[in-house]
Parts: sequence; structure tokens; C-alpha cells
Amino acid sequence: MALLSYLISGLGLGSVYAIIALGYTMVYGIAKMLNFAHGDVIMIGAYAAFFAMTRFGLPVLLSVLLSMVVCTVLGVVIERLAYKPLRQASNLSVLITAIGVSYLLQNGAQLLWSSSTKVFPSILAGGSLQLFGGKLSVSWLSILTILVCIAVMVCLTLFVNKTLTGKAMRACAEDKGAALLMGINVDRIISITFAIGSGLAAIAAVLFCAAYPSVYPTLGSMPGIKAFTAAVFGGIGSIPGAFLGGLLLGIIETLAKAYISTQLADAIVFAVLIIVLLIKPSGLLGRKISEKV
Amino acid sequence: MREEMKTDNRIPVLEAEDLGIDFGGLTAVNNLSLKIYDNEIVGLIGPNGAGKTTVFNLLTKVYEPTRGTIKLCGQDIGKMTTVEVNKAGIARTFQNIRLFMNLSVLDNVITGMHNTVVYGLTDSLFRTKKFRESEKLAEEKAREILRIFELEDKADVPAGSLPYGEQRRLEIARALATEPKLLLLDEPAAGMNPQETEELMKTIRFIKEHFGIAILLIEHDMKLVMGICERITVLNYGAMLASGTPAEIQANPQVIKAYLGE
Repeated sequence: MALLSYLISGLGLGSVYAIIALGYTMVYGIAKMLNFAHGDVIMIGAYAAFFAMTRFGLPVLLSVLLSMVVCTVLGVVIERLAYKPLRQASNLSVLITAIGVSYLLQNGAQLLWSSSTKVFPSILAGGSLQLFGGKLSVSWLSILTILVCIAVMVCLTLFVNKTLTGKAMRACAEDKGAALLMGINVDRIISITFAIGSGLAAIAAVLFCAAYPSVYPTLGSMPGIKAFTAAVFGGIGSIPGAFLGGLLLGIIETLAKAYISTQLADAIVFAVLIIVLLIKPSGLLGRKISEKV
Repeated sequence: MREEMKTDNRIPVLEAEDLGIDFGGLTAVNNLSLKIYDNEIVGLIGPNGAGKTTVFNLLTKVYEPTRGTIKLCGQDIGKMTTVEVNKAGIARTFQNIRLFMNLSVLDNVITGMHNTVVYGLTDSLFRTKKFRESEKLAEEKAREILRIFELEDKADVPAGSLPYGEQRRLEIARALATEPKLLLLDEPAAGMNPQETEELMKTIRFIKEHFGIAILLIEHDMKLVMGICERITVLNYGAMLASGTPAEIQANPQVIKAYLGE
């Protein structure tokens, strides 16, 4: 029974990673860049929701929406100002710019809101669901997080597969040059991708802070790097890969904490990543891509 | 260079004048002038490396021309981007097939409709009526095009799983979905066997008649070029060597020299 309860809380944590990982994987799939500032967009999302709830006293749902708007705009602005001018530059320049944006956001947040930790208000009444006559208790937050993650996955899959914009995104992921020549405005598609990824980051921010209720300027780093790991783990560029990678990472981390060592949990998570990449370099669901010569 | 026999008062679909591009010190295309009218098939031929595909890249603004002007139906497209050129009415296929291999056959055609279907992102997020109607319309149109190209049975399979000849057909179908005034075909018969080439010639003639558009094609298969082109332009080392009817080109001593050597 204990195992089952760990699995469920692992799924909850993994759901947060999965939602963040979607942002990494979609941007990578379409813009072919690693947006290392993605974790810090989560941080901004957390502050936005925090101020919405504490300073303006908005209800939870409205705060989440506000945070999504803030993150979406932020993501699009970052792309327009920092990455778009580098469309023709080498991947390395874009990567370094992304790291720069990451530090800019962290230090900007520190300047504006100081480095002291703020306590995130609880978004659920708390408590847990008792099953099997109290032998299994599952926190409502885990259940909510898992449900939100499933909903996000379903909506995103439908969007990408069924709508014209989604189809254009997949076309851009495959061959941007051909997409341009078919009249697809690739810049617009990249903007939309950043908008969606950043909007999802806001949802992840609120769910993450609900579980770990402290808000501080470097809050996004760890979930960001773990979600990036999850995206690579599942096969970067693949949406189902991000989902699977996120969930597995959450479960591995929780089980490692429960059965092996809390301190070693992160090391174990990354060790698993290294092993998976040694065996399958393209990730669990990643396609093997043969470079065009 | 000999001027065209017939004087024509119509506005040409494509009118390129003194077109040229240099890559560093290398002149890849120079002094190229082309006129193509509605409902006309023009061939662009020349030995390997003559600059034929470069001409396509200039016309679609993949490359920025160093010299010259390009007009589409009288409108200067010199300042346009690749996407705008597509919207203005030039579509193309590729020498090495560049379909979206992971997308279904139907979705490949639908991607070609981005310039013609209009709705905003908010429409698609909130699934407005306008959005649903445009999506439905796009799909119906795409199926119609697939029917013309006899690919409707394969609408839902990934483009990558089609046999080679059908991939070539699908590329033409996708280009037509953008509703072009001018269709550029880059070696459409490459890798095809004689029967497939025969079929392709029928398809190209059909496109011309059915859609009434202008077609410019690059091809090495002389049977196809001589069989369907009304006029032919010959490139050699990036410069225009000759221009005329198939019969004139076949009899031109300079062309024969360029192809066969001294």
C-alpha cells in the first residue's frame, strides 16, 4: 500500500515535470533551440500568481489565468527580443543568449521582489482522499495535478493533430524551408509555440508552488532542469515523450526518496537519464534523426 | 538573344528581367529574362550546375537577387519575403522531395492552405464558428485536390510511406493547394520510369487545362520537355543560352554544343 501511495505522489510530481517539459520539447521541436530561460518563466508565473492571490486577493482560478497571461506575454516577448534576431545565428549563440535571459529574469526578480522567500498560499482545502478504509491516503493536490496534466495533454494533442495551426507547427518541425515555401509564416508559428509553452509554465508554476509553497527568485531552476531532463529522457521534440519522461522522472524521484535516500534522489534521477541516453541516445520516444548532408 | 515571335499585349504571369545573383565572386545566374503567360508551360533546361534551381530560389525569394526585377502579374515582388511571394501566387516543388513525411497525405495538402484560410489564433483557441468552418472548408478542398491526383484513398497514411511516384504527385498537389498563378516544378520526372513519366506528362497537361495556370519546369528528361513545353529557355553557366520553341531549341547549334561538348 505504501508503494501505491508513493507511486501516486510520484505521478503528481511527474505531472508537473511533464507540463514544464512540454514547453522545452515544443520549442525544441519547432525552433530547434533549448530555451534555458523556461524555468525562470515558471518563477515569474509563480510570483504573478502569488501577488494575484495575496496582494489583489483574487480567487485561485482567476490568479492562474492572470499568471498564464503574464507568462504567455513574457514568453512571446523573450522570443521576439532575444531569440528572433538570432534566427540565422549558430545554435551556440542562441543557447548562450537563453542562459543570459535566464540570469536576467532571476536577477530582475531579486531586484524587484528581494531574495527572501515568500510563502505561497494554499490553493486547495488540503487533506487527502482515504481509500481502502484509510489504508491508502492520496492527497487531493496529487489528484488535481494528475488531472490537470491529463487535460493539458489531451488538449495539446488535439490542437497539434487536428487544427490548421497545429499541422503547420508539425510541418515547421519537419522542414522550415519547405513550410515557408508553402506559405506558412514560420515566425508566427514560433511565436505561438512560445506562447503555448509559457502559458503551460504558469499552470505548472501554480501546481508546483501548491506542493512546495515557497516563492523565491531561483525557484524555477530545479524544476526547470528536471523537466528538461524529462524532455530529453522521453525524446526531445516529442510531445508524448515529454509526457512519459515527466511522469517517469517524478516516479523515479519519489521512489528514490522513499526507499533509497532523500539526499541521493536527484543524483539517482540524473544517473537514470545518463543510462537511458547511453542505451537510446534519442530518448524513449525520440525518433532517430539522420542529418541531411 | 532573339525576341519572342508573337507580340503579346497580355500582362505576363511572370516577367523576370536581367535577373542575376552572385555568391561572393561567383556569378551563379546572370542576365536572365523570362516571360511566362497564363496557361503556358515553359521549360528551363541546361547542363548540371547551370543554375536552374538557383533561378527557382530567386523567383521564390529563398535567395535575394543581386540584380534585376521580378514581376508577378505586373506586380513587383522584389521586396517580398518567401511567404509573401507564395501568397502572391508562386508555388513550387523540389528536386529532392521535401514533403512533411510524418504528416498524413491529407495534412500535407492542408498545410498548403495556410495563406488562403484566414482565422486568428484566438479563433482556434476558442474554436469559434469561423474557425470550425474554415477548418472544414480546408479539409474539403484538400480532399478535392487529392481526388484530382488520385490520392484520395491514401489521405490518412503518412506521406513518408507513399511510393516515390505518388510522393512526387503529392508534392504537386500540395503546391496547388496554395492556389498559385505560377507553378514551379523542379525535375518532376526525376527517378521516374517511362510509364510514370508518361503519366506525369498527362498530369501536367491536366493541371494547365484544369487550373489555367502558368507552369515553369526544370527537367532533364528531354522527351517530357519537348513533349509538353510550348517554349524552352536554355541556361548554361548561369547565362541564358537560347530561348524558343522546342523545335528551335533542338536545332540550335549552341545548345547542341553545350549539351554534347565540342
